Amino acid sequence: MAETKRVERPLSPFMIGPYYRPQMTSMSSILTRITGNALIAGFFLGAWWLIAAVSSPSYFAVVDWIVTSWIGWLFFTAMLWSMWYHYLTGLRHLLWDTGKGLDIEIAEKLGWGALIGATGLTFVSLIILWII
Amino acid sequence: MRYLTDRKRAVGKGASGSGTEHFWWMTMSSVALAFLVPTFIFTFGSAIGGTQEEVVAHFARPFPAILTALVTLVGMRHFAKGAQVMLEDYTAGSLRKGLVIFVYSLSYLLTAIVLYALGKMVFMDTAAQMLNQ
Repeated sequence: MAETKRVERPLSPFMIGPYYRPQMTSMSSILTRITGNALIAGFFLGAWWLIAAVSSPSYFAVVDWIVTSWIGWLFFTAMLWSMWYHYLTGLRHLLWDTGKGLDIEIAEKLGWGALIGATGLTFVSLIILWII
Repeated sequence: MRYLTDRKRAVGKGASGSGTEHFWWMTMSSVALAFLVPTFIFTFGSAIGGTQEEVVAHFARPFPAILTALVTLVGMRHFAKGAQVMLEDYTAGSLRKGLVIFVYSLSYLLTAIVLYALGKMVFMDTAAQMLNQ
């Protein structure tokens, strides 16, 4: 009585590829995943820098050079943007969980909001970090 | 003959086999990180550029030490479980299992490294203060 019968159902195609044009909803979604997973790189360098700080001065000098060089600055700025973007789209998910903001027009506006908001917050953060 | 009904066998399980547990955990940790991360950005960022002694003294203070530990503990679990979902979407079979074990191991390793560094910083700073007295 409880035997399961396999039903052949059509699968929805992947959002990136030839079947759909690039849209704000799908692009802002995949960027959430990319930024979230990319943050491990920033965490890796941060952890390396912290462990170097409790190692020998010569070892710290090497890692600190990477962190404080223009490459390190560019890298951490990219991580900062990723952090803020993932943060804002994470809040968007919390909003969606309540059942609000799921209409296409609002979802697209929230996508633009996350892109512009993350860029703005990155600049503000850099200015505050430059002052303090 | 099975004695459990279809419904009874399905309730709370779904395709994941564990209901909405994973989703709910990500929701909870995201709310925690929403509170922790903005302060952490400035606590961590303001330490960059200091000498080795300054960096150690900075993270040895209670607030930066506890905040960095919390962001690491919650953030690394959030990463591991989030990366797991990505891997489950794009990979299958033994490769999937291997990669999930890898990201779990990586996040636990980074957690242990940060906690060790913070602990040693507190110890080094306390020792430096005792020497100065």
